[in-house]
Parts: sequence; C-alpha cells; structure tokens
Amino acid sequence: MKKCIVTVLGKDTVGIIARVCTYLAENGINILDISQTIVQGYFNMMMIVDVTDLKKDFTTVCDEMEQLGEEIGVNIRCQREEIFEKMHRL
Amino acid sequence: MINMYEVSETNKMIEHENLDVRTITLGISLLDCIDSDLEKLNCKIYDRITTVAKDLVSTGQDIEKEFGIPIVNKRISITPVSLIGAAACRKPEDYVTIARTLDRAAEQVGVNFIGGYTALVSKGMTKSDEYLIRSIPQALSETERVCSSINVGSTKTGINMDAVRLCGKIVKDTAEATKERDSLGCAKLVVFCNAPDDNPFMAGAFLGVTETDAVINVGVSGPGVVKKALEKVRGKGFEELCETIKKTAFKVTRVGQLVAGEASERMGIPFGIVDLSLAPTPAVGDSVAEILEEIGLERVGAPGTTAALAMLNDQVKKGGVMASSYVGGLSGAFIPVSEDQGMIDAVQAGSLTLEKLEAMTCVCSVGLDMIAIPGRTPASTISGIIADEMAIGMVNQKTTAVRLIPVIGKDVGETAQFGGLLGYAPVIPVNGFGCEAFVNRNGRIPAPIHSFKN
Repeated sequence: MKKCIVTVLGKDTVGIIARVCTYLAENGINILDISQTIVQGYFNMMMIVDVTDLKKDFTTVCDEMEQLGEEIGVNIRCQREEIFEKMHRL
Repeated sequence: MINMYEVSETNKMIEHENLDVRTITLGISLLDCIDSDLEKLNCKIYDRITTVAKDLVSTGQDIEKEFGIPIVNKRISITPVSLIGAAACRKPEDYVTIARTLDRAAEQVGVNFIGGYTALVSKGMTKSDEYLIRSIPQALSETERVCSSINVGSTKTGINMDAVRLCGKIVKDTAEATKERDSLGCAKLVVFCNAPDDNPFMAGAFLGVTETDAVINVGVSGPGVVKKALEKVRGKGFEELCETIKKTAFKVTRVGQLVAGEASERMGIPFGIVDLSLAPTPAVGDSVAEILEEIGLERVGAPGTTAALAMLNDQVKKGGVMASSYVGGLSGAFIPVSEDQGMIDAVQAGSLTLEKLEAMTCVCSVGLDMIAIPGRTPASTISGIIADEMAIGMVNQKTTAVRLIPVIGKDVGETAQFGGLLGYAPVIPVNGFGCEAFVNRNGRIPAPIHSFKN
C-alpha cells in the first residue's frame, strides 16, 4: 500500500471536507484515517490516504490539491508518508 | 500510525524553520574520458556529464514535490580535472577550455554549480597540476558555474608549501580577474587540507579517484530547526541541551537519508553518503551563529564561542550518525561569514575577528569560509593564512579549508556583495605584519608525528 498524508490548514468555512473528499473520490484515493480540529476558527485536518490505485501522476495530484486549496481559501499539502515515518519512527 | 502532531511538527520545520535538503550532488567519474587530444577530451567530458546527469534536476524536483521538502541545490561533482586533463593540456589556457566545457555541460543539465576543477597536490605538484592551478583565475572569471579546489596538505603527507605560496597568488589573481563583481571568483575557489573524496558541498566538491562511476551524495541542513528546538530549553543544563541537539539532528538527517535513497533509486545510481552538516544561508532564521547565541553567547566571537561550537558540532554528529546508513563528506557545522546573517552581524558589531574564526575552525568543519578581506592584502599574507589553516587540519587529522575573498578596491568597513546563497560580507581586518620570508621558503612542512600527543 502506498500511503500519503493530506493536510488542510486555514480559516474554517462550509464544505472544506466535502470538497477535499470529492476530489479524493474522483481520483480513486481511499481515505484510511482522518483527524480534525478547529482552534480559534482555524481549521486543521490531517488525512492518511491510500494512493495505490492512483490513475494520475502523484506530482499532478499534489499540484491539483494545492490548487483546490487556493479555490477554497485554505492551504492543502499532499505528501508521501515516508517523510513523516522516517523522521518520527526508528 | 503517524499522528497529527508529528505531521504538524515536520511541516512546521519545513515552512517556518527553513528545513531543507541543501544539495543532491551527483558525482561523475571522468576517468575514462581521458584523451591526449584536447578537442576529443572536451567532447567526451560534455557527453558524459550531459548523459549521466540528464535527469538530475527533474528527479530532484519530483522528490521535492512528492515529499513536500525543498531541495535547494542540485549539483555535480567530477573527478579532479588535473587528472583528466594531464594527457591533453600543455598550457594553462588548455585547461580553461575544459572549464568552459564544464560550464556548458552544467548549464545544459540545469545545475547551478559543478565542482572538480581541482588539483590534488598535498605532497608534490606535477607540471599538469601547476598548469591547472595557474589557469584558475582565468577559468573562474570566464565561467559562471565552475567551482575549483586545491588540496595542498594532508595529515599523512604534510603541507606542500610551494603549492601554498602559489595559492596565495592565485587567490589574489582570481580576485583581480573578477574585481568588477566584488572578486566573486574567489567564492568559487577553496584551498583544502585533508580534502574528502565525497563532499557534496560547493565550492569544494569533487569526486575522488577512490569512488565509483557515478554516485549520489546528499548534504542536509537545518540550523533554523536546531535554533527553534533550543529555544524550548533555555536555562536548562548541558544534558538537556545536548539531547535536544542530538534529537533534532537525527530528525533532520533522516530526511536527507530518505531523499538520498529516493534519488538513488530513481536514477539507478548508487547512494554514497549523507553529509551531516549544519549549513546556514543568509536567510533570517537559518544561521549557525544564532544557534550559538541561543546556547548563551551575547554574540558569536565572545569568549565561550569555541567551546559552544565544539559541543554543537559533536552533538550534530552524534545525532546524525544514527540517522544515516553512510555518513561522509565534511559533516560538521559550517561557519561561512557571508552566508550566515548572525556571523555577518557579529563581524559588524566587532565581536568576531579572523583570529577567533581560526580558533573556531579547530573544532568544526570546515575552515575560514567566505571571509572578505581587504583587497590590498599581499599574496604572501594570504598564503600565510592558508598555511595556518592547513596546519590546523594536518595536526588535528581533520578537513580544513580556506575560502578567502580579497575584495579588490575595498577595505575594512566596506561590504562585498556576492548575491544569492553566497550572501554579502563586511571586509574584516587582517594582521598587518608580514610572513613573506616564511612563505618564500621552498619545499614542504613534514607530516606530523602521531604519538606523544599533547
């Protein structure tokens, strides 16, 4: 399984999760885990997703998610899981 | 499974604390390009570099995007050119043609620097080595991306003082040849003692003859991350201080190891080493000096600086070694003046002097780095400074280097501008007493004895 981490950060508004999830579903990306909090009106979400069956190039997905973030007015990052795994696990 | 705090810690390091991979350096052996025909040699070199390195930049960019980690530089190091050109070059100008070829090849593959316009003369200098060294001022003034280095000493061989004397002149001539740009050429010229074969950092990178055909070496960075981590242990004891540095260095280095492994796999080129260095940039919050100040110095250069730096350097290595399967290169804290805002400020405040910088180089990598000195400094004095620094490396069995910039037309109190990652530097005073008679002696300083240590 090829996992990646999607982080969404920004001012809370209606439909952030809906739009992010729609994009993921359209691209065959399965969500494995979601954690989400709102602190002082700021929306903070992390998703662990499975990109094994991805039809597109992974770098394209990174670009498109960033673009989607701009449309919604939040910051979206999509990164391969290994960078976190390597840094925080022995 | 990874949790939210870990993800946000990593991303905070990247976004706010300047965590990055400083360089992916592709080492390319040019040994089998050797030809006695200069034109053929140049063709072979160009073809080899542009073939092996054609995907270097795009691979680096893909890794950047996929992992969300900036990779600041993609660079190339090659076999020392004095070895490659020996059969074809009959005069210094012949070597300059190779420098131009390297510059073209670097531009073609999109790297910002190519290192290896190098001569290894720690014991003796062949005619060909001398031609290369004498071609350096012209080569560096006529090219943009070529970096040059000269290894003039080692613990095993002693110091080649004939080469040191010549280097003083070459540094001065390079400054003169690039005086329109604040003697920028000297920023691309390093004089070494105990130069490593696998250094990924410019300007001193080259691929040693003990290396394979092609190899990926990675240099990590992260002074900003260490500084931020230390803010949380203000006033605490040394144990906690050291633990914090080690843990942070571990995390930073793991990212380098990951990137090195990915690049190696994607390009089908073996992974060499990760260089565990704290490499500053002129950006605010990306400074080694600021770490030292966070440890407790009012300004870098104050009493206590050498001890603090020794500790920092050692803890970075201890933390980093476990994070990487192979460690090499220079591995230590860099203290370039022009590339570190905290160092620049310390010089301007009168806290940091050339002599203190020399003391600091005894306990960290790599040497007197990116220091602007008055343009009127005589070549023999530059040779004397080089000899001092080489002696530190020789006796302490470590790599030391000198990258001084005698800024032609500028004096103490003025500032030299190099631009980009090379930054800017206030011109620092140099001891005015001469050493000409010492430098003018022929031959070499013998290798030191390594028992009876004191």
